[in-house]
Order: sequence, then structure tokens, then C-alpha cells
Amino acid sequence: MAPRKPSVMRPAREVAIVAFGQTRHQRSTDELSEVEMLMPVLHEVLAATGLKTSDIGFTCSGSSDYLAGRAFSFTMALDGVGAWPPISESHVEMDGAWALYEAWTKLQTGEADTALVYSYGKSSPGSVRDVLTRQLDPYYVAPLWPDAVALAALQAQALIDAGDTDEPALAGIATRSRASADANPHAQRGSSAGQGDYAVRPLRRGDCPPVGDGAAAVILAAGDRARDLCERPAWIRGIDHRIEAHALGVRDLTESPSTRLAAERAGVFERPVDTAELHAPFTSQEVVLRKALALGDDVEVNPSGGALAANPVMAAGLIRLGETAARIHRGASDRAVAHATSGPCLQQNLVAVLEGDAS
Amino acid sequence: MASAPSPEVLRAPLVVEFPFTRSLGPVQSAFLTGLRERTVLGVRTGDGRTLVPPVEYDPVTAEEIRELVEVSDTGTVTTWAWNHEPRRGQPLDTPFAWVLVKLDGADTALLHALDVPGPDAVRSGMRVRIRWADERVGAITDIACFEAYEGGDAVRPAPHSGEFADPVTGIVAAARLDYTYSPGRAQSAYIGALAERRTVGERCPSCRKVYVPPRGACPTCGVATAERVEVGPRGTVTTYCIVNIKAKNLDIEVPYVYAHIALDGADLALHARIAGIPYDQVRMGLRVEPVWTEGGRFPDHYRPTGEPDADYDTYKELV
Ligand SMILES: [Zn+2]
Repeated sequence: MAPRKPSVMRPAREVAIVAFGQTRHQRSTDELSEVEMLMPVLHEVLAATGLKTSDIGFTCSGSSDYLAGRAFSFTMALDGVGAWPPISESHVEMDGAWALYEAWTKLQTGEADTALVYSYGKSSPGSVRDVLTRQLDPYYVAPLWPDAVALAALQAQALIDAGDTDEPALAGIATRSRASADANPHAQRGSSAGQGDYAVRPLRRGDCPPVGDGAAAVILAAGDRARDLCERPAWIRGIDHRIEAHALGVRDLTESPSTRLAAERAGVFERPVDTAELHAPFTSQEVVLRKALALGDDVEVNPSGGALAANPVMAAGLIRLGETAARIHRGASDRAVAHATSGPCLQQNLVAVLEGDAS
Repeated sequence: MASAPSPEVLRAPLVVEFPFTRSLGPVQSAFLTGLRERTVLGVRTGDGRTLVPPVEYDPVTAEEIRELVEVSDTGTVTTWAWNHEPRRGQPLDTPFAWVLVKLDGADTALLHALDVPGPDAVRSGMRVRIRWADERVGAITDIACFEAYEGGDAVRPAPHSGEFADPVTGIVAAARLDYTYSPGRAQSAYIGALAERRTVGERCPSCRKVYVPPRGACPTCGVATAERVEVGPRGTVTTYCIVNIKAKNLDIEVPYVYAHIALDGADLALHARIAGIPYDQVRMGLRVEPVWTEGGRFPDHYRPTGEPDADYDTYKELV
């Protein structure tokens, strides 16, 4: 399917990711509270730019009380920011990629020139498969407790039936991702992990993300401020997010029209990209996303290892934006697409195009 | 630095349970009441599609939709997944297939479980039929599951009024999540010290303030705290209120006083109940000390020490 003629939404203001930090993601971090886990990452991005909290124009975070099992858990994490004198702050009960979108919007209004965005998730205290059932339709679906792996498996089978993939191809995606993760010191799972048994057929353990704890942070800056703070800023040339119907049976699970539309609006199809960081917690979802974003084999997909190698829930999407930016910062990419997802079977999708200045 | 080696990090089971009571709109009410009566209803969209399960707004046009139709209790599997380890709350406790089923007469699919002996007995395109629960209350679980069915699919949706005697107007969506809660290093140390009837805080390396209870970070400076400092046991009432409403399951006579108390050496007030003095004689500046009960894991309350009141200037920063 050829991309339609894109209808690109151009940002009014140049905004870039100028710093990115993340934890070493781990299966469990019992010894650390959320703020204890998050703080080193906040300090890392502040140190990279030389900014102090009081220099930051806007702060926005993403997290979920359902992971922590506690109400208003984000207020405690805010202790790690240093919120005195009072700061301009906001929170989304979503992946940090959506917090970044809110911060980007704030910078577009001109009310701030810099923003700190962070997110974190500790899945280890609970069972993330069960926790995620609570985001489903409460009348018709949640009472059946279909867990996130089961729903992804339904999507995978639909793709297999449609001839879009098969089990060996899915295993190939898993193997490639984990091999890439060997070079990523933050990743949780590398190439030594095998495909393993079925989790929910047709998905094997290796087709599913590891459960883990982690945090990430980025700093955004506008215009010349970005050039001051970073040698090669990762300019956000376009960013958009779209959502599909919540009823799974209404959707064609083999397609992701929301990713496609967000990508059109963000300008992905204007020129080729060299890198794509896709938030695909399941191998089968990479198949859907490659199709929606029309990625060819010449595009390097998830050089970080992606969510199959480390999936700190609520941070994994922000990490895709951060990993993409970090590659631009160090000159390994010139034009890249970053993607984040939320909801069952890729229900919501955020797409951004990041570019470095020509060197 | 006075920081002691970190004690063992604490952990304990934490169960979050909530029975969400949800009201139903006209369409959802008709659908769930229908299930109770072994009748499956869908809703017709403006472009003539039949959505099952039905919704009140067209997912494409956002138009309100109300036209109910009856569809069959037989249908076709559109996709499936084999669940060999059923989890708590799922429809069957023996291995089963998750399925999306397009019921005959419907244009969209319903998620549920399919009871078949193994993964070789299920495929996309297979014909299935609803197995009704013996006891039905007007909930999606009135469908116990699907089962294999040999038969054709020539069914057209028939108009239905959606009216039933004694309609279901709400559901209780029970939820339970299990956690193993761990408060992290700083709070574990705080709780560990309380077990020895001591109160410890942590000093910020930057602003030098002592936080009680400690959370491992200075909320003002945004830096990690590690230097452990013992505070109290005595302290000063910085502000207070008189509670006149008796709390459920709380065996304390009203009125009583709840106060912010700045423990000696702490730069943040914690809150606790004041007793051992008539409620109308509690005042800012009152000097107090903790009262422990046998086996208590934190002070039961604070009582006056008998010292002269603290000078306002000594605690005004903490009010
Ligand atoms: Zn401080």
C-alpha cells in the first residue's frame, strides 16, 4: 500500500530533544522507591545540559498509579525534581511519550523555552499482565480479565491468518532485537535469552517483553536555546498522536490506521528515514508498525533492542524518543522516526520525526 | 557521616480491591439484560452495520445510535489465541482459547473464551455457539464461553425493541490486584527504627534540612538524601485541628485533637493525635512526647511533657 499524499502539520517553533537519560532496567528494584530510582536519571539530563531545576520552564511526567498500587504516586516522585521555589508542572497518567507531547505543546505556545520530561514505572510490585486489564472496556471486556499477552496473541494470530507473518518470522524479530540489545547497557534482556515456550499461543515468551522497572528523562529546548545546550540537537520536525476505537472487535487488528495517520501528520513520508525506534512490546506489533510506517529493509529498526529487550511500562515509549534523539546527538542518524504506543493491540499511537542539522 | 548500613528492605503484601458500581445507558442496559434472557442484541449504525457488542455512539461518525437488533447466538471465529494457563478471573479455569467471534448477523466481533480440548481444535473461521451460564445476572459473564458448533450462518439481524421486564440498569465491576509493596531504602530504615521506638530522618546534603519521615530525596533541592539523623522523641505542636466527626472503625472518642508536630531536630512536621490534655487546651507551641502502646509499631499518640511552651520563633518556619 503506497502512502497517501501526506497532510503535514508543521510546528510553529523549532523544538529539539537536547538530552536523554535512562536507568539500567531491571526485573526488580525492591531496594529503591520510585523517587530513588528516578533521581539519578533526572540528574543525568540536568548535568548533560548544565541546567538547574530552576532554569527549566516546564516539567511534565508520565506514570501510572495502577503499577504502584497507590493513589497519587507521582507526587512523591516529584520530590526528585526539587519543586521549590514553585515550578510549572504537569502529569499524564500515560507513557512519558505523551508527557513529552504536552511539553512540546507548551513550548509551541512560547510560554517556555525548556522542558524536563520524565517517566517511570515499577512493574515488579504487581502483575503487569493483570494490571493492564484495568485499562479495558469495563462493561464487556475487563470482567473477563484478558491480559495484555492474550490480546497481543489474538492480534498475532490475525496477522498469521492474513499471511503477514509466521512464527519463524516473529522469532527472527525477537532474535534481532535481543542481539541489538547486547550493545545497550540499559537493556534488561539480551541475545542469550531464547524464544522459550508459548506464553499465549502463537506468542512465545521471546515474543513478549520482559517485565521490569525503569525510568527515563529528556530535556527539550526551543530554537537557539537548543543549540546552546547541545552540539547536535535532535529537532522534532513533526509529532502527532491518534487513537482508534476501544472495542477490539471493531478494529482490523492487522492494520494500524492511527499510526499511519499520525505519521502522515508528523511528516514521516516526506523523505526517507534511516532509523526507526518502534514501541512494539510484542514481535507481532513490529510487523503491524513496519507496514503502517512503510519502512523498508534499509531502515534500521530498534537498534536499542526496543521494548522486547526492556519494557519499563510508562517509560518505554519515552525511551523510543530518547534513543532516537541520542543517535542523532552522536551523529549515528540524520533523520529518524520514533513511535510510542498505549492501550491494547496498538490502540493509541504517537509518531515523531527527529532530525539532526546537516553536518 | 552518621549513616548506618542499610537495613534489610521491607516488603509486605498489598491487596487493592474495589467494586466499581457502574450505571448503564439505554443500549448497554438492553444488551446486558438481553444476555440474562439469552438474547443477543446489537446496534445498527447509520451506514447499516450491526455492532455486537453494541455501543451508544458510532465509532466512525460519533453519531448517537439506538436502533437495536437481535442477532444469533452462533457465529464465526475471526481470530484466536491458546491460553494454556488460565489466570484468576478469566472465564474458564481449564485451558481454553481466547476468541473474537463475529456472531451471525453482526459485522463486528465479541471477545470471549472458547471451550475446546486443545489448540488443534480451534482455527479462524470455525463455527461456534454461545454456552450460556446457568445463573445469569445481566453481565458479559452470562455468556459462560463459546463451544464448537456445526451449522450454517444464514441469519439476518431482526429488529428488537430492547425492552425487557426488570431491566438491568447497572453492574458491579469487581477488581482485585495483588502487589508486594516495598517502600525502598529510606522508608525501610524509618520503619525499622520505629520498631525500636526511635524516629530517624535524613539530612539533605545541600540545604541541611532533616526530613521525617525520609523518602530518600530532598523535595526542595531534588537531590538524594542518605545521612541518617535521629530526631525527637520530644517535639512541638506547630498547628492543630479539633476533630468532631467519628471515623468509621476508629475507636477514639470525639472531639479529639490532630496536630502537626515538629520533632526536635527535624525540619518537617509530622502529624499525630494529641491526648492526655483536654482538647480545648491544646495550643501551638505545646511541648509533647510520644506514647507507645504494647506492640505498637508507631506512637499511639503524643502527650504534653509539662515543659514550658516553645517560643514561636523556634518553630515558625515549620508552621
Ligand atoms: Zn535540600
